[in-house]
Amino acid sequence: MKKEISRRDFVKASGALIVCFSTASLVEPLAMAQGPFDTHPSHVDPEKLDSWLAVASDGTVTAYTGKCDFGQGIYTVQTQLVAEELCVSISKVKLIQCDTSVTPDQGTTSGSQSTPTNFNTRNLAQAAATAREALVGMAAQRLGVSADQLTIENGVVSAKDGRHVSYGGLIGGKHFDIAVSSTAKRRSTSEWKVLGKPVPSLDRVALMSGTFEFVHNVQVLGMVHGRVVRPPEIGATVGNVDEKSVQHVPGLIKVVVRNNFIGVVAEKQWQAAQAAKDLKVTWQPRLGLPAQKDFYDYLRKQPSRDLMLVNSKDVDNKLKSASRVLKATYLHPYQAHGSIGSSCAVADVQADHATVWSATQSVYPTQHGVSALTALPLDSVRVIFVRGAGCYGLNAADTVSYDAALLSQAVRRPVRVQLTRQDEFLSENYGSACVVEQQAALDASGTIDAWDCETWTASFGGRPGYDQPGNVITGMLAGFDPETINPRTAVEPTGELRNGNNAVPSYVVGCVNGKCGGAGSIRSERVLTHAVKSPFFTGPLRSPLRLQNTFAHECFMDEISAYARADPVAYRLQHLRETRIIDVVKAAAKTANWDARPSPKPGTARTGTVTGRGIACVAYEGDNGYAALVAEVEVGQASGRVQASRFVVAHDCGPISNPEGLRNQIEGGVLQGMSRALGEEITWDDRKVTSIDWQSYNTLPLGIQVPIIESVLIDRPEAKATGAGETAITLVAAAIGNAIFDATGARLREVPFTPDRVKATLSSRG
Amino acid sequence: MAAISLKVNGHAHTVDVDPETPLLYVLSDDLQLRGPKFGCGLAQCGACTVIIRGQAVRSCVMPVSAVKQQEVMTLEGLGTPEKPHAIQEAFIDEGAAQCGFCLSGVILTAKALLDENPKASDEQIREALSNVLCRCFTHTRMMRAIKRYQRSRA
Repeated sequence: MKKEISRRDFVKASGALIVCFSTASLVEPLAMAQGPFDTHPSHVDPEKLDSWLAVASDGTVTAYTGKCDFGQGIYTVQTQLVAEELCVSISKVKLIQCDTSVTPDQGTTSGSQSTPTNFNTRNLAQAAATAREALVGMAAQRLGVSADQLTIENGVVSAKDGRHVSYGGLIGGKHFDIAVSSTAKRRSTSEWKVLGKPVPSLDRVALMSGTFEFVHNVQVLGMVHGRVVRPPEIGATVGNVDEKSVQHVPGLIKVVVRNNFIGVVAEKQWQAAQAAKDLKVTWQPRLGLPAQKDFYDYLRKQPSRDLMLVNSKDVDNKLKSASRVLKATYLHPYQAHGSIGSSCAVADVQADHATVWSATQSVYPTQHGVSALTALPLDSVRVIFVRGAGCYGLNAADTVSYDAALLSQAVRRPVRVQLTRQDEFLSENYGSACVVEQQAALDASGTIDAWDCETWTASFGGRPGYDQPGNVITGMLAGFDPETINPRTAVEPTGELRNGNNAVPSYVVGCVNGKCGGAGSIRSERVLTHAVKSPFFTGPLRSPLRLQNTFAHECFMDEISAYARADPVAYRLQHLRETRIIDVVKAAAKTANWDARPSPKPGTARTGTVTGRGIACVAYEGDNGYAALVAEVEVGQASGRVQASRFVVAHDCGPISNPEGLRNQIEGGVLQGMSRALGEEITWDDRKVTSIDWQSYNTLPLGIQVPIIESVLIDRPEAKATGAGETAITLVAAAIGNAIFDATGARLREVPFTPDRVKATLSSRG
Repeated sequence: MAAISLKVNGHAHTVDVDPETPLLYVLSDDLQLRGPKFGCGLAQCGACTVIIRGQAVRSCVMPVSAVKQQEVMTLEGLGTPEKPHAIQEAFIDEGAAQCGFCLSGVILTAKALLDENPKASDEQIREALSNVLCRCFTHTRMMRAIKRYQRSRA
């Protein structure tokens, strides 16, 4: 590894402690660390305060986080967090995100876990609180007064007699050399001056003025351009590569073949694009794909890995003795992340070290993956996060980082790889297709006595993590095995309720070993899940499985309440016992001026445009945020077109760190959920995926009639902070489906609710 | 390869590229501009939008040789971080972005429409944006920002 300029040398040379270089500044990639620590890639010790924070002589605070921003606003809100705990203004805080050389390993930025991870009583929050207490302690000693006699105002600690000392004067340029304290006191929500306030996103001016640096803009000295040539179908293997077919392409540097991975490298991007297009490759096809029209039946018949999440063992008896049993099956398709920017990465792999600029959610796991692919020692690989287009989960950011590493290693030059739209659509890790079968036993009064749920989820590959680069296409093509399904029958649940995928509906008690972690009151409960091998790569897509399962639960709850001739809100409340989910349901209904009555709406016409309202609610992942959503829709019964006119969301994520950012996430989540509910679906023929661009994969463009979205934010200063980016989207398909039922009496049980599907369902009303 | 002269954001450039190279690649790779972005390469999303002769143009499918003497304006040519253009100001005020990757398509398409037709109806604005994508679905704020800009010019 090249010698890095040490922090001390750097301080002397630049006269300032912290310099954040732009990756586009054409510097030697490893010439200097991004931050002030001489950290070795695997030596950022999260137990040490200095791994999280540094204060410069001018009082500027640099903070290091392993949770990075893709547009969800975590950059801004983590900056607020550090400013709050250190009692400085936001402008004094510089946040360095996700870089294996300088930030602590915080795994993956995903699953609505950034706020729970960094805003409660660990990690970044606790480090900042530790730093404040340490600084106050130093000031007390310096000024000769006790710490409780001191006040802090924007990084200046003052005694009552007016004597004061700044953070810069206390520690500027020096290490704290202490551990992160688990007892350092967080500032209470009642003291908040920076957190809890609506702070506009700190990147907005750079974004709007076109000066923000995305990973697509990274340029490194000597950089050349790569493109990949993907197999037309997952699992196809390379037969022959005719390198002569691209000899005519000017600027071509190399055709790279490694196992089934193929790429080209050229001096210019356009040349690489030409070579990738013209390269003649014969692929050995595989067996073909299961027919899409029968796919959900196919899923149910495959060997599966099973998990019993709850089982009160009386469900079969209850179903037998019930006065009425209701059954329904819900279907959810594969959907794409479909980032607006096809993924891109830059890698510089030399003989003894590698640097990768990547939009990955997981710099440390990606470091491991690149190490495995290049056979370079782990600590010789540095992965630096640079934002890409919004990813919404595992898009192709990881796989393109591997592409860039493989191509750079083959040519020993820095290589930028831009995937095409088709590359991305063909082989990204789709959100899983799911089948959910529901049964409920009702007693004579119309109350639910037992809930029985069985799910089938298509799964193949996923996040590479630290040791499975084959979980994304490039790793598999290069010869690494993807994670696959090893069939296993379910054993009875142990430990406590695990509802991370919301497979367990909110209305059951969720009892495991006598401990009941569910949000509801139904005591007879059984939830059995089957993971089935998918013919396509799958991976987390915003609200992974929680959205699919919640669609099934919340529509089924609506079906039951309709059968019971009960108001859907009142009927939900009747079966819930957790205060926080009850409160969001009530708040959404109140703000929406909910029309309390059973569905469907009485007396509506069978022709023309009709309107209806629907509700859905969730305890996200069981306890990581609560939301309820009311949807109001118009349904054109001749066209089958569904137009949402209004959404009301009530949202509880504990203490609200930034209401402005939260509203933005809710609004985007609701409309993204609407696009997915109404149109998005991966399609395929007998051999290959056919939804490969924005004409063959539906998305709602900007020019739609945008529905009104009202967000009711329930602040809970006393609670733990939870995630907030995935809660609202979880509810949209269910709320729209329920509103369509209210308007028309027709029940949509398969996403997406395309005009054809809506029309077919309307015509089956009888 | 051929020497091609271009005028971009008020500056003259000469680049040595294949004349068939899409304008986007020249703007991004040769001129190192960050505004126009590769979204789909198929003129289906708008992320690569630039303004040429007052029209929103998708630079990912326009050969650089077709630009000729026409001036190209990118998102960063519209205003600066210190002095944003009024439409950029409106987007800043409304916080109308999440990831922000789509902004060239949104802002420049709206600007081109409203420059030509300052009194465009909501329907006309929607029509102009019917092939522009934002996958974070920041639609509510973006439409608000566009209306704010329209009002500011009235």
